[in-house]
Amino acid sequence: MSSIREEGKDQIIFVTKEDHATPSSAELVEEDPNDPYEERGLILPSGEINWNCPCLGGMASGPCGTDFKDAFSCFHYSKEEVKGSECLEQFRAMQECMQRYPELYPQEDDKVSETDKTSQDSASAEISGANSTSPTVQDSNTTQPNTEGSVES
Amino acid sequence: MLKCRNVWKKLAPLARASSTVCRQNVRRAGLPNGRIPARVPVAHMSTGPTGGGGENHLYVLLVGAACLGGGIYAYQTIKGDQQRYQDRINEISSRSQKAATEEPTTPIQSEPPAVKASKTEAVPEPETQAAPSPEEPSPPVPDVELAAAPSETAEPPPADEPVVEAPQEEAAEPPAARVVEEADEPVVEAPPEEAAEPPAARVVEEEQSPPSEPSPAELTEPPPAPVVESEPTAAAAAESPSAEPPEPQPEVVAVSGVDSTPASLKVPSHTPYLLIGGGTASFAAARSIRARDPGAKVLIVTDEPDLPYMRPPLSKELWFSDDPSVTETLRFKQWNGKERSIYFQPASFYINPEELDSAENGGVAVLTGKKVVQMDVRGNKVKLDDETEISYDKCLIATGGVPRNLQVIERAGEEVTQKTTLFRKIDDFKSLDKVTRNIKSITIIGGGFLGSELACALGRRSHESDLEVIQMYPEKGNMGKVLPEYLSNWTTEKVKREGVKVITEALVKSVTCKDDKLEIQLKDGRLVKTDHIVAAVGLEPNVDLAKSAGLEVDSDFGGYRVNAELQARSNIWVAGDAACFYDIRLGRRRVEHHDHAVVSGRLAGENMTGANKPYWHQSMFWSDLGPDVGYEAIGIVDSSLPTVGVFAKATAKDTPKAATEQSGTGIRSESETEDTATSPVASSTPAPAMEQHKDDYGKGVIFYLRDKVVVGIILWNVFNRMPIARKIIKDGEEHADLNEVAKLFNIHED
Repeated sequence: MSSIREEGKDQIIFVTKEDHATPSSAELVEEDPNDPYEERGLILPSGEINWNCPCLGGMASGPCGTDFKDAFSCFHYSKEEVKGSECLEQFRAMQECMQRYPELYPQEDDKVSETDKTSQDSASAEISGANSTSPTVQDSNTTQPNTEGSVES
Repeated sequence: MLKCRNVWKKLAPLARASSTVCRQNVRRAGLPNGRIPARVPVAHMSTGPTGGGGENHLYVLLVGAACLGGGIYAYQTIKGDQQRYQDRINEISSRSQKAATEEPTTPIQSEPPAVKASKTEAVPEPETQAAPSPEEPSPPVPDVELAAAPSETAEPPPADEPVVEAPQEEAAEPPAARVVEEADEPVVEAPPEEAAEPPAARVVEEEQSPPSEPSPAELTEPPPAPVVESEPTAAAAAESPSAEPPEPQPEVVAVSGVDSTPASLKVPSHTPYLLIGGGTASFAAARSIRARDPGAKVLIVTDEPDLPYMRPPLSKELWFSDDPSVTETLRFKQWNGKERSIYFQPASFYINPEELDSAENGGVAVLTGKKVVQMDVRGNKVKLDDETEISYDKCLIATGGVPRNLQVIERAGEEVTQKTTLFRKIDDFKSLDKVTRNIKSITIIGGGFLGSELACALGRRSHESDLEVIQMYPEKGNMGKVLPEYLSNWTTEKVKREGVKVITEALVKSVTCKDDKLEIQLKDGRLVKTDHIVAAVGLEPNVDLAKSAGLEVDSDFGGYRVNAELQARSNIWVAGDAACFYDIRLGRRRVEHHDHAVVSGRLAGENMTGANKPYWHQSMFWSDLGPDVGYEAIGIVDSSLPTVGVFAKATAKDTPKAATEQSGTGIRSESETEDTATSPVASSTPAPAMEQHKDDYGKGVIFYLRDKVVVGIILWNVFNRMPIARKIIKDGEEHADLNEVAKLFNIHED
């Protein structure tokens, strides 16, 4: 049973698990998917990539930002059967750039993709490798909008 | 010779006349003797008979001597200048070497890539420099010698300290470069080249020594003036005699990489994006700009010596580190063992300011140790404390603030102020760490976030050493202005359990220093004796630029007044602690939290690149007070508002420590662009089992209401539910039963 107490202007309620077992009757306002003010995830409603997504960490803004954007854009818009298969060159350039800054893009052995893998593997491996090596990047599913870059586990 | 003759003709009568006067004087002097001064010892006129012919010879000699003397003087001055210049350069290089060795992150690794990437012309130049410049078309012989001379000094090239090199290399550069390039290349390699212009011009004319002077001297005196001006001035300067010191060449705005190469003091004269202040908001904006504007060139100007870093660990995690060298490394370990530095990015992320203009893909450059003192909004430029001017297209002011101090301490004299710490920066952390190792008692004045966190951190340290930690404040309990009274009291008990002696309702009347100990006299008569004081009594937003820039300052909250899009005036935005902005949902406010700095910095960056979005994504904040108490909060959390708190009975699982262990990420609450380790202390003693007490506020949700609308929420020992809280505040609805709203948080679950 919940207990309610007043201390001046402050109200204190103690609740047990059972008290909160029933679904909430509080109403929340419906979200507008096209709200221009809202923070967006990785993919904007228009289909473009949101380079400012917190999920990317510093990837798009660092010294290798341009290479990263080229590679990732190519992959994103790739219509090939094996997605990103035509993007090898960009990924190679990006990797070269990243190797020049080992402090920023620590190379973990099994994460660094080799160019003879299929481009899809390399694309996802690059992204996950880049993601996991950057301490600031969340485990983001790159195809899902990530509305909250923070706090969610 | 003809000239001489004419001059002589003119001078001769004069000379004769003066000599006559002289002779007359001598005669008068010698009058008593009645002798004619053929050989009067007083006569300064040397030599010879006083005949007319003799006079002529005399005058020829005199004039000749005068000319010779003048020539010798001129020669010595020039030599002296050269010597002075050499001394200056040596002094600077020794200075730079000292400074460079102090820098923890050396620029060297960044130098090669940066140099390769961006210095298109500069790099080949010094190389070709070493090889004699006969390769260069048309340099007159003096130029070769000139080039050779500095290039020799530039011998210990890029492999070594780039710091020392910069002046020499650029000194070497100008002569050769100048000869090749034309004077109208203001932007890219302009700085060194414009430095070169006067040298080359002069080389053509005559002396070689002065040319080598101005260029380095200009480098060492980086005062203002836009690049354009250097052209006519340089030309004019070239005509003037070479003895002229380099001073009149201020316009060589050669860029300087001060962040990691303190010796070369060259600054870009123009930058598309200028960010004033090098803290969290500024970094977030830089990142946002770079993400949205491909190839953007961003210049951060900060008066701190450090690259952008995050503040929260300075009062939390860094104190809990086991690493004895933590004050140097500034790295902290999160609960899951993952370590990170408080710096947002290592030095290799940034490029040198001198390379900013030429960087193909742009970049972020940080100019440390420079303060912006004046802002010219009409002219779109700022002036630094060393008179350099930088013009911009878009500017962000993210100057943060300065810790406030108690008036009684300020007036108490130097003995007291020396034993007082105002805590905000890395240096403050380092010095406080050192101090607390050597003293017996420390007092923290202030019961807010910073004061309480420091008290808890130091309280924990007191378990190992016998350091007495006292915390005093005017409120009735810790976080008295934030938490409702019952919760504030509960928190105070927890803080006391961390080993802190808490003195509530304490108003400081005076502080004196007696026998090397501080005595704090409280208004109610109590006396507290201690060795050191930390004053955590608030932040004064830094609005120094308001006057020169003509920006509005808010009288209620302090800080620059900006609109909902964080804009103060055209092309000027303000973010972070210094911004008093209009929050569409919650009204005008100023927020001094880390996540707000990130959110507002990012928003400002977006708006600087054309987004025009208002402040909408509500920022949050968090605090940990020991292993048992941790909370996240969002919105307006003011204890003067009516609150409704919904609590569950807590189990041992509901602590910040447990939350991080469970989620395995070591990150309890994160700001949006940076992971910040907020996991609390590794407590050596196990957390006491939670009492099954009615008044045990183990975990819950507290709603802050304003006119029945929820404007603030605290998640008390309940984690990873911030999005729901954010949603409720965004809706701004009136909810009849807040218990129902609380259900949305599932506080009984983990």
